[in-house]
Amino acid sequence: GVLERSREQLLRQTCEAVVLGVLHPRTAVTLVLQVLSDAGSLLSCCLNAACMALLDAGLPLAALFCGVTCALQPDGTILLDPTARQEQEARAVLTFAIGSSERKVLMATTKGSCSVEEMQQCLAAAQHAADAVFQFYRDSVRRRYSKS
Amino acid sequence: LSICSRTVEPLEYYRRFLKENCRPDGRELGEFRTTTVNIGKYLCSITTADGSALVKLGNTTVICGVKAELAAPAVDSANKGYIVPNVELPSLCAERFRSGPPGEEAQAASQFIADVIENSQMIVKEDLCIASGKLAWVLYCDIICLDYDGNLLDASVFALLTALKNVQLPLVTINEETGLSEVNLKQKNPLIIRKHPVATSFAIFDDTLLIVDPTAEEEDLASGTVTIVTDEEGRLCSVHKPGGSPLTGAKLQDCITRAITRHKEVKKLIDKVIKSITPK
Repeated sequence: GVLERSREQLLRQTCEAVVLGVLHPRTAVTLVLQVLSDAGSLLSCCLNAACMALLDAGLPLAALFCGVTCALQPDGTILLDPTARQEQEARAVLTFAIGSSERKVLMATTKGSCSVEEMQQCLAAAQHAADAVFQFYRDSVRRRYSKS
Repeated sequence: LSICSRTVEPLEYYRRFLKENCRPDGRELGEFRTTTVNIGKYLCSITTADGSALVKLGNTTVICGVKAELAAPAVDSANKGYIVPNVELPSLCAERFRSGPPGEEAQAASQFIADVIENSQMIVKEDLCIASGKLAWVLYCDIICLDYDGNLLDASVFALLTALKNVQLPLVTINEETGLSEVNLKQKNPLIIRKHPVATSFAIFDDTLLIVDPTAEEEDLASGTVTIVTDEEGRLCSVHKPGGSPLTGAKLQDCITRAITRHKEVKKLIDKVIKSITPK
């Protein structure tokens, strides 16, 4: 449906920004994402899966990216990585794809409305949380290539 | 002075203008194209629609027609009506679009418009309910691009907002005895529009420069786009950055500030147009 198309466009353009396609002319890279279960923060999970798959494939990347979802609760507190229930109760849900080189914003999409200050706070929280996700990438790749 | 062709090296050609802080069509980096809007069935020439608007943003032409129909509300939301937006990019608007099922751009744009309506709460679905569990309004909003020259999203949101402001819904009552609905075409009420979202799009060039209201040529050369939707209270209804070059938080803030300024201009234009068609 249109929602899947919209998500595909977000993912595709995020990947196109980091994959160094110039090094692989006349080549198609197909990324297939299958949702096994959705318990909230689906889009950021897709982004993380996409980035790790690109890493695993050994494609040359300009930077890594990770997805972080922030939920703005009715009382104003910011909740990172919300569950499906928390997303539904939230006043706004913001998803960012943060790049690894300078924690810049590669992709942003919002649901619900928020003030400008709240958006900036969520972005700062997401940039901070990105450190944890990139560390997870590093640990996963290290585990994969270590002798065990 | 080397000859730089617009067709052979379009990006180099563009960079020469960007260095002087302007664009080939003479605009500055922060300048919008001339925006015109025609509203209602006499100027817009859709006589069968309940509300219509034609928006021109430079050469980009988008027409929006709203038709209201009656339907039974969904079981899980018995007091809510429906709003169904649909964006079409027919093959007549640009070479790149072929006839057939809607392409990705049209579908992504439809989803974007649906999100804007939902996020901004410009129309509250409860307002569209006539009798809880029995009858509600369905608003079919068809947005068709007649000429594609970039910045489709801004024009679409503008056309939708203006068309919805123009919609007059007849009074519908349910006859107690027969249980059937009675439509009174002589008594019409305008739709209750609670918020007025306005979209502002930017194209990102060479990872650092932001230009406002890109044309189709600029969008093709750009390394990314950002669309910000704000309402009259300065709240963000949507930050839509579908991939593309990375931006810092400060540059994003810059976009938001410009979007808030643009909102005021567009709101003034809409108010002027609505006032000109309201019978005194």
